[in-house]
Amino acid sequence: MSAITRDEVAHLARLSRLALTEDELDHFAAQLGVILESVARVSEVAADDIPPSSHALPLTNVFRPDERQPSLTPDQALAGAPAPEENRFRVPRILEEE
Amino acid sequence: MTLIHKSAAELAALIASGEVSAVEVSRAHLDRIAEVDEQVGAFLHVAEDAALAQARAVDARRAAGEELGPLAGVPIAHKDVFATTDMPTTCGSKILEGWRPPYDATVTRRLREAGLVILGKTNMDEFAMGSSTENSAFGPSRNPWDLSRVPGGSSGGSSAAVAAFEAPLSTGTDTGGSIRQPAAVTGLVGMKPTYGGSSRYGVVAFASSLDTPGPFARNVLDAALLHAVFSGHDPRDSTSIDAPVPPVVEAARQASVEGLRVGVVNEFSGEGYQPGVLARFHEACALLEEFGAKVVEVSCPSFRYAMPAYYLIAPSECSSNLARFDAMRFGLRVGDDGTRSAEEVMALTRAAGFGPEVKRRIMIGTYALSSGYYDAYYGQAQKVRTLITRDFTAAFEQVDVLISPTTPTTAFPIGERADDPMAMYLADLCTIPANLAGNAAISVPCGLADEDGMPVGLQIMAPVLGDDRCYRVGAALEAAYRDRWGGSLLEKAPAF
Repeated sequence: MSAITRDEVAHLARLSRLALTEDELDHFAAQLGVILESVARVSEVAADDIPPSSHALPLTNVFRPDERQPSLTPDQALAGAPAPEENRFRVPRILEEE
Repeated sequence: MTLIHKSAAELAALIASGEVSAVEVSRAHLDRIAEVDEQVGAFLHVAEDAALAQARAVDARRAAGEELGPLAGVPIAHKDVFATTDMPTTCGSKILEGWRPPYDATVTRRLREAGLVILGKTNMDEFAMGSSTENSAFGPSRNPWDLSRVPGGSSGGSSAAVAAFEAPLSTGTDTGGSIRQPAAVTGLVGMKPTYGGSSRYGVVAFASSLDTPGPFARNVLDAALLHAVFSGHDPRDSTSIDAPVPPVVEAARQASVEGLRVGVVNEFSGEGYQPGVLARFHEACALLEEFGAKVVEVSCPSFRYAMPAYYLIAPSECSSNLARFDAMRFGLRVGDDGTRSAEEVMALTRAAGFGPEVKRRIMIGTYALSSGYYDAYYGQAQKVRTLITRDFTAAFEQVDVLISPTTPTTAFPIGERADDPMAMYLADLCTIPANLAGNAAISVPCGLADEDGMPVGLQIMAPVLGDDRCYRVGAALEAAYRDRWGGSLLEKAPAF
């Protein structure tokens, strides 16, 4: 597998919601290439018939009793918000203007 | 011996008997922090008032005749990854600068309930990604053995604090070695419990299938006492194991390796290992045999692929976990001038708020999880994870514990690997397999390397829920070294 291109890094940055500078793109393209080449060594392992593990613990469907518990007040929930307004989170526009 | 040089167990006994007050003990440690932390840089936040209030509460409970827990009144340094309602929780990141969580982590709550006195929050690599604390947005911590070297990471503020006698105990989290590696390079005991043995509730998530809170201490018994205080089932963490905590304190007191089968991991030796590290490791093997253990070589062939598998799995999980830092509900928001869309604000905030290593890992994870690459990268790494677990299972059919050096080298100079990710990743070479398989593993000091006089750590790995074995072997080695060294390793540390 070959090193990653600068354009590919720019695409990854967009997918990752990271507004990288031109300098960062150059720097990361070289570094990510080295890292990806190294981790690609996992492909050397013959593992066609090996099941994947997503987790160390074989737990499934962990339930707790369905009981009401105290929760955060609106003030607590909004305490760390960058722009709280009228008991809500104010966010920048999410729809394009018509 | 001054209060700051005493063990946690000794301090708890002094407080329980009334010989000293919890306030005096906390005062002594806060004074020490004031004296040395400018040089060490272990703390991001010192909570003097809250600490003294908690200490006074312990003294009041004692005065009222209440039975106190085994660590009541003992001060502790708390890694800044754990949510604390009364102190900032930044994870070493600008994106969370000044953030105060609206709830306590389960580990935090249990520390408070046990009467431990939280002195403050310790520095760490941003979001626990790193092996040196150089990735902290607030500057690196320094190794008390040699201030020009790193204290390890990611829990490097926690290791520096305890090694510099600013606290007798500290907390950490271990995702790929972030407790054991800093403990090894500062001459401390550091334990990664079995995955699911300690709660992740309120721990800012890095890689959820790997993250494990655990203790730092200057001796094995203290680490076990702290382990017992904050571990155990937590209904708020769905990956928490619903089983009793293994008998770690009893094991630390038992301190015997008579008849124990010890396996030396063949794969963790040779090129890349510092000669002084290997010399101390071979000495430890001989010592274990001398005290009645049967030491044999064991091969775990898939361990060679643990590092590449880890550096696919951990970034994949982190790229998903860190999506929560979206500038909408909490933390930093940059560029919201009324003209930009939410998506633009998000991208500007994340670019300004995350450091280079976090950005690298988010992008590596995004790459590994994207369609077209998923099978070759993330899927294949998950299969390697299965093979590593099978290696452990096969090994533990032959032996009771596995041992290796904790790290290939001693603490490296600050700056040496800071912009070389692959060199930095090598620090976790020996510690990663236990994270991928979920095993218990500890690092205990085993002497100083001849080349540089820096501490060397020995790693002891045990099966899932075999945490007590780590403490049993660690305590036996500690007792043997005490006889040889005429005290603890930290007594050899240069005073600064």
